[in-house]
Amino acid sequence: MIAGALVAVVCAGLVPIRTSSRDRVFEIPKGTWARRMSGDKVEILPDHIRLTLGLRDILVLRNHDDVPQIFGPTLMMPGQSFRLPFERASEYQFACTAHASGQMTIVVEPTPVTPWARIYWRARELLHAAT
Amino acid sequence: MSAFVTAVLVLACSTASADPPALKAGVFDPPRSAPDFSLSGSDGRELRMSHYRGRVVLLAFGFTSCTEVCPTTLNTLALARRKLGPAAGDVQVIYITVDPQRDVPSRMAKYLHAFDPTFVGGSGTEEQLAAVRKSYGISAEKKIVGDDYTYAHSSFTYLIDRGGRIRALMPYGHSPDDYARDLSILLKE
Repeated sequence: MIAGALVAVVCAGLVPIRTSSRDRVFEIPKGTWARRMSGDKVEILPDHIRLTLGLRDILVLRNHDDVPQIFGPTLMMPGQSFRLPFERASEYQFACTAHASGQMTIVVEPTPVTPWARIYWRARELLHAAT
Repeated sequence: MSAFVTAVLVLACSTASADPPALKAGVFDPPRSAPDFSLSGSDGRELRMSHYRGRVVLLAFGFTSCTEVCPTTLNTLALARRKLGPAAGDVQVIYITVDPQRDVPSRMAKYLHAFDPTFVGGSGTEEQLAAVRKSYGISAEKKIVGDDYTYAHSSFTYLIDRGGRIRALMPYGHSPDDYARDLSILLKE
């Protein structure tokens, strides 16, 4: 078991990262507006989002609810999606009334190329997938 | 532990990356019709979105006293139009103020002319402008600074196609080349 874990960590550090999709998807589920109207505090989009250049560098927002919603930087109609690509590693600020701060920050990090950076990226992706 | 090992191996050996999207801007799917409005144009005429059907429209919001975002954005849009050459005749920049107290049409005309004489500004009452902002999902918050005031406002630009549909949103900071590339794609449709 320990040998297997070591092999996995070595692979995670040495094998270049490839992803089947570059999308980081956030969705407003159907019924969100009704839940908010009944007093539920529904948080869908975090005020800080991390993306990685070349791997997970497209922000995708989808509104599955029955009413228009301010989602991230923009207004989205029911059934509408928004796909925003990033091509430069940087920190991007968007005005966003859905957050108490009035802002949403998207941090686009460079493509991980060192073994430690790859391990860190893969571990974070696993955590993201698990939550 | 074995689940972790499997997950790491799957992540390490997953398939190749997907193709990047065609436009540099963020794309709406499906695109919705750009809401119409009636404002006072900086050219002395009524400003309506529907007047620009058949042309590609770049729609931005801001205020002429803005010292950072607006001059950069308007200069970028002006440079992008120049890069397009004769095709720029089919591109209209519309700049709607969030500050009607100061931005009367004549002031907007003088301001916009410095960037590109074809740019058109829109002003109106507080209520008219608030309604336009709501229909386009634009935020604008007045902030008092000493004896003066400023605005924190949405800094992106909408790309509206010849059919009057909001096709894309270009975040602040993109280059004239990025705009020119996306405009070329929309102009060919």
